[in-house]
Amino acid sequence: MLKTRIIPTLLWKNYTLVKGKKFDSWRRVSTIIPAIKVYNTRQVDELIIVDIMATLENREPDYVTVNDFSKECFMPLTVGGGVSKVDHVKKLLRAGADKVTINSSAFEDINIISESADKFGRQCIVASVDVKKINDDYICFKSSGTVQTEWKVQDWAKKLEENGAGELLLTSIDRDGTMEGYDTDLLKRVTSVVNIPVIAQGGCGNYEHMFEALDTGKAHAVSAASIFHFTEQTPLEAKKYLKNKDINVRL
Amino acid sequence: MIVVVDYGMSNLGSMMRSLEECGAEVCVSDDPSMLAKSSKIVLPGVGSFFEGMQCLKSGGWIEPLKTEVISNEIPTLGICLGMQMLADIGYEGKEKTEGLGFISGEVHKLVPQPGECLPHVGWNEVHQQAEHNIFKGIEDKKDFYFVHSYHFQAQDSDDVIATTPYCNKISTVVAKSNIVGVQFHPEKSQLSGFQLLKNFLEI
Repeated sequence: MLKTRIIPTLLWKNYTLVKGKKFDSWRRVSTIIPAIKVYNTRQVDELIIVDIMATLENREPDYVTVNDFSKECFMPLTVGGGVSKVDHVKKLLRAGADKVTINSSAFEDINIISESADKFGRQCIVASVDVKKINDDYICFKSSGTVQTEWKVQDWAKKLEENGAGELLLTSIDRDGTMEGYDTDLLKRVTSVVNIPVIAQGGCGNYEHMFEALDTGKAHAVSAASIFHFTEQTPLEAKKYLKNKDINVRL
Repeated sequence: MIVVVDYGMSNLGSMMRSLEECGAEVCVSDDPSMLAKSSKIVLPGVGSFFEGMQCLKSGGWIEPLKTEVISNEIPTLGICLGMQMLADIGYEGKEKTEGLGFISGEVHKLVPQPGECLPHVGWNEVHQQAEHNIFKGIEDKKDFYFVHSYHFQAQDSDDVIATTPYCNKISTVVAKSNIVGVQFHPEKSQLSGFQLLKNFLEI
C-alpha cells in the first residue's frame, strides 16, 4: 500500500532557515544544514527546500548551496525557488535535487512545465501554487505571494496538470504560519478537479490538522514547517497519530 | 570502480553520494569508453523513455553498454528510468521507442485503480518474489521510495523478482544473470535503500 507522506518544508534565505506568517514577517529559525541533518537522521518521508528570495531577486537557483544541502540529505529532496528555465531544472537535478518545484515562472510561460515534464518526466515536476481567498474565490499569487494573478486555483491547477505537472504543492497564504489548520475547502476544490497528488501546505499546528487535510481535504500528502520548528511535535509522532486513525503511513 | 552512466538526465548528485556513502569508488562519467574500466555499472535515470534513449544514443552509449553488460557480463544496476530502458520497447514520450533489450519486456503507462492516482509517488512496499542477493538483509515488504508513471512488463515472469501493490501489481525489481533493475530509488530509500546498494556492490 502506498503510504501517506508527511513532508517538512524548509524555507531559506542566505543560508538561514526562516519561517514567516502569511508569507511575511520572516523570522530566523536556525541555520539550515543542521535542520537538514536532523530530518535525515529522523528518516522523514521527504523534504522540501525553497529559496524564498530567488524569484524576488530575479536570479536563478543557487546550485552550489543546493549541492551543499543535498550532501546531507539521503531522503527524497524537492527544491524550489527561482526556477524559470528548463536548464535550471537540469542543473538542480545535477546538484542533488530529486524533484523541482516551479511556481512564478509558469504564469509567464506554461511551457516551462510541459517542456520540463517532457525532458525529465512529469514525476519530477512539482508545481507549487500559492493561494489567497478573496471573497468566495481562491486566487493564485506569484513571486512569494507578492503579486496577484488572474487565475482561480481550480483553473490553474487543471492547467498545470494538463501541461504535465506531476504533483501540486498547494499552499494557503492566509493560513501560512498561523498554525490554525489547513484550509480544507481550498484542498477540496483542488483535489476534486485534478488526478495528480496534491500536497497540502499552510496552517498546520497539530496532528489533527494533518488528519483533516487528508480526510476532509483529500490531500495525498501533508507538508508543514512551523509545527516542527516551533513546537515539540515531530514527523514521527505525527505518523503514529495518523496510523491510529487508519491513515497508511511509513513507520 | 563503479561507473555511473551520465547521459545527461539523472539525479546524479544523489546517486553518486549514496554510492560513496555505501563505500564504493564511484566515477560519474559522460565518456562511454570508461565502461571498459568498470567493475560495476549503474544506469540511473530521471526522465522519459524516449528522451533517455535519445540521450544514450547521442552520447554513444548503446554499443559500449552492450559489450560490457551482455558480452563481458559486468554486474549492472538500472534504477527507475535506467531499469525501464533495460526493456525492448517503451511507450513513454513522443513515440514507441526501442530500448536496450537486456531484459525482455515492454514499458507501459500504469493504469490507476479507483482511488489511485499518477504518478505513483511516495513510499510503497516491495514484495520479494524470489531469493536474490540484492535482497540480502532486507525484510520482505519493506517500503522503498517510488516516483514514476510507467512500469516494466517483463515477458518472462521469472525475470520479475519483486512486485509492489499499486495499479494492481507493478514489477518493481527485475533480474537476469548479471543485470538487476529496480523501479524505486534505492539512493533515496534511506536504510533499506543503502542496504540494497551495498548488496549490489558485493555481487
